[in-house]
Amino acid sequence: MIELKNISKGFNGRSILSNVSTSFEKGHVNLVIGGSGSGKTVMMKCMVGLVEVDSGEIIYDGKQFSGLSRKERKPFRQEIGMVFQGGALFDSLNVEQNVMFPLSMFTNQTLEEKLERVNFCLRRVNLVNSNKLSPSELSGGMKKRVAIARAIATKPDYLFCDEPNSGLDPRTSIVIDNLLKEITEEYNITTIMNTHDMNSVLEVGDKILFLHQGKKWWEGTVEDILRTENQELNDFIFASKLAKGIKKH
Amino acid sequence: MNWLFHLGRYWVFMKEMFTRPEKYSLYWKQFIRELNNFGWGSLGIVALTSVFMGAVITIQTIYNLVNPLVPMTAVGIVARDSIILEFSPTMMSLVLAGKIGSSIASEIGTMRVSEQIDALEIMGINSSAYLVLPKIFAAIFIFPFVVIISMFLGIFGGWVAGTAAGVISSTDYIMGIQDSFVPFNITFAIIKTLTFAYLITTVSAYQGYYTGGGALEVGQSSTNAVVYSSILILIFDYVLTQLILT
Ligand SMILES: Nc1ncnc2c1ncn2[C@@H]1O[C@H](COP(=O)(O)OP(=O)(O)O)[C@@H](O)[C@H]1O
Ligand SMILES: [Mg+2]
Repeated sequence: MIELKNISKGFNGRSILSNVSTSFEKGHVNLVIGGSGSGKTVMMKCMVGLVEVDSGEIIYDGKQFSGLSRKERKPFRQEIGMVFQGGALFDSLNVEQNVMFPLSMFTNQTLEEKLERVNFCLRRVNLVNSNKLSPSELSGGMKKRVAIARAIATKPDYLFCDEPNSGLDPRTSIVIDNLLKEITEEYNITTIMNTHDMNSVLEVGDKILFLHQGKKWWEGTVEDILRTENQELNDFIFASKLAKGIKKH
Repeated sequence: MNWLFHLGRYWVFMKEMFTRPEKYSLYWKQFIRELNNFGWGSLGIVALTSVFMGAVITIQTIYNLVNPLVPMTAVGIVARDSIILEFSPTMMSLVLAGKIGSSIASEIGTMRVSEQIDALEIMGINSSAYLVLPKIFAAIFIFPFVVIISMFLGIFGGWVAGTAAGVISSTDYIMGIQDSFVPFNITFAIIKTLTFAYLITTVSAYQGYYTGGGALEVGQSSTNAVVYSSILILIFDYVLTQLILT
């Protein structure tokens, strides 16, 4: 479980996140939804320590994370996996080397042991016979799969995914969403996923947090979201005519 | 006070960078990769520019040498000394700033805008150290070799051009390049080269590392890397010459 207590963050005097408090459960896909620029990425980067919060606390299973130095965060690093919006695969390495990278960083395994784990992870994301391809040779969906494989290589307890299905066609999006959900439940991971895709919300969301103008505007479950009277949330999720039609019936 | 901001941030960047590697094997791999890039990758252009540079220096020296009392061996002396003292270390470093500096800035800049640097940080890797230290060490290791090769090729180019044009005899040229040779000049050239290697890699890496935005900014960083490292090379060339040769 990850808890946020009153976290705030601004850049150059402009407030981006203000006083967000919530908790994300283990073994579930916790969704953070919100329009473009609502602060989802900044919040995720605060949670993993890529951006420091101005105030507030971030707590990983009872252990304080915010305010620690790079060195003090060392023990957390192996437990955190992250799937970046564009995949963020290392261009100079092929698929296999990308997935192996965190293993080389964190473990003293032999090459065979690492390869075994790499192949296991790649099979897990349904990507076989692509070990030697370079990132530039992969399609968008394949990149995301490699990014997921790399994120789970060290068996993390916490998985962060920043819009894992942005730029993918709807069918591939759902496959990726479900893959993340399966992995989350299978390995009992605390997964946090940013998205602005309603399909993901309905497909995999266990708990949903709606960010609006950097504030926690609404929080609840999938069942709640379809019945909500919250104006901004309704405007966000039922933005299209089609969706508005569904809501009416 | 924009340059003060950059100076301060460059200083912090340097300080963050010189830390103990998390894992030596990862750094070693990078170092070997950069050695290949910098060494083999620049030999072609260095060879080509060196030979032509030597040829031009020799022919110009002969052209300027109108006094019949000065022996033709002076051509070899002048060509050798200008190549060793100035042209090979400084001009090759400018060429390398164009080639290596721009590629460092665009490589690191691309990694920044595509969140690859964040991906390294997530794994607890000190990204500036991991990305830049191997480049600094590789450049410091390989640049002196490149510059020494350039010296030989430059002097060779002068011989080819001079004798091919029939303006100097092979004997005069070869006697000239052996005459009153000062070994310290080589040391001085190496000192300059090491300084320039450090400047090119760190300034270009700095430009790349602090790229904000997208592909357009990566191009901008890459241009800045070449411009600023070239200017700094010329300034430091002057400072070092003043300090050491006078
Ligand atoms: N490093 C930064 N410096 C200044 N402003 C930033 C920075 N990172 C993000 N922002 C701003 O914060 C706001 C929220 O961005 P972000 O979290 O990326 O939104 P999204 O919900 O689309 O992921 C945006 O207005 C963005 O311009
Ligand atoms: Mg975002």
